[in-house]
Amino acid sequence: MQNLVNILDKNGLIFAFLVVGGIMYISFLFGKKVTKNKIPAAAIAISFGLVIAYFGKGEKGIASIPAFSGMALLGGSMLRDFSIVSTAMGASFSEIKKAGLAGAISIVLGIIIAFFVGGVIAYFMGFTDAKSLTTIGAGACTFIVGPVTGAAVGASSEVIAISIAIGVIKSVFVTIVTPIIANKIQLNNPHTAMIYGGMLSTTSGVSAGLAATDIKLVPYGALTATFSTGMGCLLCPSILYYIVQQFI
Amino acid sequence: MKIYGVAILAACYLVGQFIGDWFGRVFEMSGNLGGVGFAMILLILLNDYLNKKKLLLPETEQGILFWSSMYIPVIVAMSATQNVKAALTGGWVALIVAITATSVCFLLIPFIAKINRTNN
Repeated sequence: MQNLVNILDKNGLIFAFLVVGGIMYISFLFGKKVTKNKIPAAAIAISFGLVIAYFGKGEKGIASIPAFSGMALLGGSMLRDFSIVSTAMGASFSEIKKAGLAGAISIVLGIIIAFFVGGVIAYFMGFTDAKSLTTIGAGACTFIVGPVTGAAVGASSEVIAISIAIGVIKSVFVTIVTPIIANKIQLNNPHTAMIYGGMLSTTSGVSAGLAATDIKLVPYGALTATFSTGMGCLLCPSILYYIVQQFI
Repeated sequence: MKIYGVAILAACYLVGQFIGDWFGRVFEMSGNLGGVGFAMILLILLNDYLNKKKLLLPETEQGILFWSSMYIPVIVAMSATQNVKAALTGGWVALIVAITATSVCFLLIPFIAKINRTNN
């Protein structure tokens, strides 16, 4: 047994690939069979990650158990930021021009509104330092912007976990609510789909929500949502963090 | 070769980190200011440019797309290594922030969609 733990510990990153692959498989299966693809598998997998982090002993979640130490490397800031940057391949300035002025407004406004609404609520619920407020506000944008911002400004692991949870709940909420209110917000054309993607930022939630509404709209919403996520990674740890510091 | 794509991605990432770090020092704030965002913008610009010049081979693109397909698994690993026990006390904050902030954004969609139509 000790031998096995030693091997897993020594090959931590490789074992982490296996563990995460297993989590992804179970999450996709769960998403397909139990929720009938109504909830994005990405959100299920991330929730799964948060649940197993609970079984770790402390600060580092599951990585505090020696055999799982590689999870901290795979999920560390370097590989995380590297893979997040690569998602920008799904965006293109020549495509985004089609969304016009309203599209550009939605991309910036979606971030600013989510950030400040999130930050203000967090303030009234007892968070008082600029780093935590910024990270929670960023989490209200997406589950990517939250931890990227948290790591950049140096927030605690606990606050980063809350920001991921906010992003995951947002993704699920967007997925469920979109098909229900699609008619009310006239979400039935590419133009509105682009504005919807920019306002809500969460690519997984937007893609799943549009898929349940009208599958033809998915690429339009996903495009602006990707842009919006990039905008969040740019604005939250810089200008918006600066503004929060002025108030606190 | 796929490694060319990975190298392009690495270049964007490092330049972004450098810019973010530079901004951090200029504004005398701790940490990296928007490095990931700068890197994403660089990659979008480079992708547009290379596509226009038809210099981006599908094989090169695959090197970048592999990493973008890895981002959810990486986020899962990151979630699994957070201090969730301590965060549970903030469970209500998470729920209330997520639902309120998202609802406000939802409500504004029809208004912003209208702005553009009157302009057109």
